[in-house]
Order: sequence, then C-alpha cells, then structure tokens
Amino acid sequence: MISGAEIVIRCLQEEKVDYVFGYPGGAVLHIYDELFKQDKVKHVLVRHEQAAVHAADGLARSTHKVGVALVTSGPGATNAVTGIATAYMDSIPMVIISGQVPSYYIGQDAFQECDTVGITRPCVKHNFLIKDVRDIAMTMKKAFFIANTGRPGPVVVDIPKDITAAKCKFDYPKDVQMRSYNPVVKGHLGQIKKAVQLLLGARRPMIYTGGGVILSNAAELLTTLTRRLGFPITNTLMGLGAYPATDPQFLGMPGMHGTLEANMAMQHCDVLLAIGARFDDRVIGNPENFASLPRKIIHVDIDPSSISKRVRVDVPIVGNVPDVLAEMIKLIEAEQGKIEIGDWWKEIEGWRSKRCMRYKPKKDIIMPQYVIEKLYEITGGNAIITSDVGQHQMWAAQYYKFDQPRRWLNSGGLGTMGVGLPYAMGAALANPDLQVACVTGEGSIQMCIQELSTAKQFRLPIKIINLNNRYLGMVRQWQEMFHGSRYAESYMDSLPDFVKLAEAYGHVGIRVERPEEVEGALKKAFIEHKDDLVFLDILTDREANVFPMVAAGKGLSDMILAEDL
Amino acid sequence: MRHIISILLENEAGALSRVAGLFSARGYNIETLTVAPTEDNSLSRLTIVTSGSDEVIEQITKQLNKLIDVIKVVDLSEAAHIERELMLIKVRATGKDREEMKRMAEIFRGRIIDVTDSTYVIELTGSGPKLDAFIQAIDAGLILETVRTGVSGIGSGDRILKV
Repeated sequence: MISGAEIVIRCLQEEKVDYVFGYPGGAVLHIYDELFKQDKVKHVLVRHEQAAVHAADGLARSTHKVGVALVTSGPGATNAVTGIATAYMDSIPMVIISGQVPSYYIGQDAFQECDTVGITRPCVKHNFLIKDVRDIAMTMKKAFFIANTGRPGPVVVDIPKDITAAKCKFDYPKDVQMRSYNPVVKGHLGQIKKAVQLLLGARRPMIYTGGGVILSNAAELLTTLTRRLGFPITNTLMGLGAYPATDPQFLGMPGMHGTLEANMAMQHCDVLLAIGARFDDRVIGNPENFASLPRKIIHVDIDPSSISKRVRVDVPIVGNVPDVLAEMIKLIEAEQGKIEIGDWWKEIEGWRSKRCMRYKPKKDIIMPQYVIEKLYEITGGNAIITSDVGQHQMWAAQYYKFDQPRRWLNSGGLGTMGVGLPYAMGAALANPDLQVACVTGEGSIQMCIQELSTAKQFRLPIKIINLNNRYLGMVRQWQEMFHGSRYAESYMDSLPDFVKLAEAYGHVGIRVERPEEVEGALKKAFIEHKDDLVFLDILTDREANVFPMVAAGKGLSDMILAEDL
Repeated sequence: MRHIISILLENEAGALSRVAGLFSARGYNIETLTVAPTEDNSLSRLTIVTSGSDEVIEQITKQLNKLIDVIKVVDLSEAAHIERELMLIKVRATGKDREEMKRMAEIFRGRIIDVTDSTYVIELTGSGPKLDAFIQAIDAGLILETVRTGVSGIGSGDRILKV
C-alpha cells in the first residue's frame, strides 16, 4: 500500500517523464514530498504557474513527449489556465496535474478552492477530478493516452489533497481501452486513391501543410511525397520546418504575413492538398473569397471536425497523417507518367521574382529583419527558435529558414504573449545539445520576465533576442494602417534597462544599437558566452512594419507589399 | 432546420456540462435538452433539439463526437423517428372556462391530473409542435404555469443507438 501522492509520481516514472515544471502549494504538498524522495523525475521550479505550463509545452513541442506541469489548487490552477489554453489551441500533448482542496471541503469555498475542472473544461482535450485513491493510476494512464493520441491536446488531472494522502495498492495499467474514445488511424483507402488521381491529373497543384505534420512526426514522409511530385509547397506558421525552407519547391509561409508566391499559389491552384492544417483566418483570410475561386481541395486531418469547418472540401481524408502520406507515396510510386506542371512553375516564378520579402536597410538604424537574417547565419539555421507574439514573431517566421521540424516554437492559435522564454526553457532542458534562442520584443518579454530567475537556477544557456522598438509593434502597425495612426496605449513607456535587468538576475546583458554591431553581439552571445544566458537588447527601427500583409477579412490575393507604400 | 440529436454518453459527473458547454462555447443553440440514465446505469441518453444549416449541424455532430465522454451521436431527424415530450400545464378553470378546458384537454388527448375549485393541471404528451399547438389553442390569459420536459427521441424500427 502506498499513498496517492506516491502513486502519482510512480505513474510519471512509468510514463518516462524526465521533467515536471511546477510550483508547490498547500494542496500538492504530499505530491512534492514524494517528488523529493526520488530522483527519476526532475522538478523545475518556475516563478509563476503560467510559465510552468508554457515550459512543459515548449518541451513537448521541441520533442515528441508529453509535457507535464504540476500546480496547486485555486490560484495555482487559474494561473495555469493561459498556458493550458495556449497548448489546446495548438494541439500540444500535455498532462497538467493540479492539487485540489480535500474532497470533503469541495463546494464549501475552502481556502484556495476553485472549480478547476469547470474552469478548464473549454480549453482542454479532457479533464478529470479524481475522487478515490484507487482511481489515480487508471486516470493517469488515460490522461497520457488521451493527451498523446488522435489530435493531441492538454489533459488536466485534478486531485484533492486527501486523495493524495490515502493509500492503496499500486498497479500501473499496461494499456487502456475506452469505449468512448477510439481515435481514427488509417485513412480510407478509397479516398486516398481518389486524392492521388486528382493530384496526378493536376495542372496547377499546391501543397499546404500545418502543425499536424509536425505533431505527427511526418516531416520526412511529407518531404518524400513533395519531392516525388515536384509540386510547390507552403507550410503555415505552425507547420514551419515540415518541409525544408531552403528547398526551391518551398514557397514560404502563407497567410496574413505570407509570401506573395505562397498566397497566389493557394488562390490560383487547381488542386490543393491540405495536410494537418485547418484553413484558419490568419491563413486563408476571408473564407468566402477563398471559396469563390474554383479548385479541388483534398484535406488530410486526424480530426474530422477540422474538415469542412471553414472551407468546403472535395476529398476529405480522416486519418493519421504519416499513415495517409505513406499510402499516398506507395500509390504515386506505382504510377509511371510524368506530371507536367512547367507552366504553373513559370507562373509561380513570376510571383517569386517580385521578391516580396525585400526590405530597405538603413545606415544608422537596425532593421529587425536583418537581425533575424544574421541570427540564421550565426546559428547555421540549426537552432531551436522560440518566439513571443507580435511583429518579431512574424519576422522570425519569415526570415529564419527552418529546414527541420520542431525547431520553431510559437503560440500560433491563441497568440499568447509571454510564451517565448518559458518555451525556450522547456526546449533547452529537453535538447541540451542544441542552441536555443528566444526571439521576442520588449512588450512580450515582460509578460514572463520572472523566468530569468528559473533560467539562472537551471543554468539554461538561452539567447534572448529582444527586438526592442519601444512600441507594441504589431498593435502600432494596425493602428497606423487602420486607425489613423492614433497610437492608443501601444507605446512602451518607462522600459527597464534590460541589460541591468539581465545582470540583476545573474545573466549577461548586451545592448546593441547600430547595424554594424549586430553580428559581433550575436557571435559574442553564441560563441564567447555559449554556456550563459545572454540577453541581447537590440534597439531596432521604431516603425518598421511586417510585410507582405493581407488585412483581416480580405481575400488572400489582396496583398499589401512593402513596395506599394 | 430543426434537428433532433441523440447522444449516448458516459454517465459521469460533468459529462452533461461538457455537452452544454460545447453548445454555448461554439454558439450553437439548444431548444431543448433532456438527459437520463439508460437501462445500463453507466450510460446516459441525451436528446438535444437544435437548429442550424446543414454545415452547422455537421459541425455540431463532429464536435460532439470529439468529446471524450461521448460514445455515439446520431441525428434522429435524418430518418424515420419518433419524438415525444411531456408537458404539465396549470390553467385557470372557473365558470365557463372549466368545461372549455376539459374539452380542449380531451381534443389533444391530455389528462387532467390535478383539480381544485379554480385550477386544473393538464398532462399532455406528444411531439414538440403538438404541445406548442395546445398552448396556441387555449386562451393565453388562462395559463398559470407551464412545465415541459424537452423532447426525447428514438429511431423507428431497426435504427438502434447502442454501444
């Protein structure tokens, strides 16, 4: 007979969890006591529960593992909600364990009581409130199973304090059967055949893939398929790295800040193969405009509800992406004929020749795009790049060419400012051999700045690239373009001295003010201070805007290019 | 279009609120909702009457299927089915209205199950629209209280919703 708390830890060990990110408190004291007594599962003490969930999320995104966070009841759980919602929107496999007041106090407005299951219900894949110590092992097994199968997502397990103190026999179930949950795996062969026929007959084909390809580890299969077909391809913000960005078949990112060639090819193709993507508003713009153009759409996704949600699909294929891709490759390899799409490529090269990502360098002012280009050079394109949310996020996505999956971590769905540093923490812990840089801005970084302390404690050599324009840049850009340049509250006044701030936390801080200093500062950070956390506070052009741009609600062809202004 | 969606779900704490929460979170409407355990105590059967375009109804069934506690979902209105709802309606029954109410209850095959000097409680079973029709048929000023269970539905013949 062992305690519920020990059972929780044993379950984590059984699931081969290396790191738990968390923050102790009254309701989880028994669990922390058991954590203390073992050393298989390492605990990372964050400085705010939101960061615990983000860091576990960053670990999950950069590996293929389930991220685990541990928080106490009440405020511990409510602080975790932003992290949970962020993971939910991007379908990240996570298990969040929250303490709860003793079961006999539930409903009595006890100290640090909140209805965690109720509060998190709309932003989890599933959640549980455990009411009997004998249910812990099976519930934990189910939590990991649900989180990491089908369309992944976060699962919350809420455990009252008395349940962690109660005792019972521990027996971890080997597998789990749920009559109400049977995620589809194989795609329908007839549908796959139909799709392949469409692809082989296409004259203006286009491949469009999203986060689903990364989450299902299907990047290699996607690359094989795309090269075999010779088709143009675009990866969404969540899908970057699924196909090598340096390959000529890659047209760049689509969407609101996508390239001209990617967006025009999305619009004017005759067959669109969408894989693990969900046609969201930032990618296709106005769905009516998108639907007004004639093209056949094939959509591969593990989640049936993603199919025909915003855009009518002609050939839906519900299934696990790698299985469907493998099947497609098999069928295509059996075909002899060559697909003639030379004219289509000529048209695409015409759009590409506009070089929509050009920007004007300035002599005395650092352009943010230039910083990302230099970052790409100095890290050899191999670093894990995390970002926060805003202009810097778009520049990082546009100018850092991701050739591999799981190297680009950002909050695409929820758009949560403050994720960058905790994501970098999770990624750095899980990938000690890789360089990890957090591209951020002076607005976002302050939303989880306290984690500089955690990064010190765990000696995480993250490089923070703070593109500091003294504005909430993306807000300012929209105000400039759509609100008559009335910069309501988008001006960051009274900024801290980030160099001193970094130093106060025990890190290295470097201010960069001139274009010619950028390269040297990056080298200093990545080479000389390889093992330190370095905070590069880079003063960039104050009013640089992200282009190209499709305004919200417009069609994808309605692009604003930098040169038009 | 009006649809009757039948759901088989795990009879667990919170399962109902997952279904109800899904409808409010995604902006679908619920006209009626009924839920009770089945012959197997571990299962609940839930019937929802909703309305929406074909696309909306397709999304509703897909989103419901995504809920972990939901075992099966069927749109009963897609084929032959039977729907029933129970209504208890308390009406003023004095003077000439007393006889009139009794007659109306008979026409609609209702039963008067509670009688006082001045009121009747009428029990009426039927499809949602039939109950609506009864309310329309009697003098609105005489209605004191209305309680409806919401629609329950079942497929005709061999259409069976089971685990």
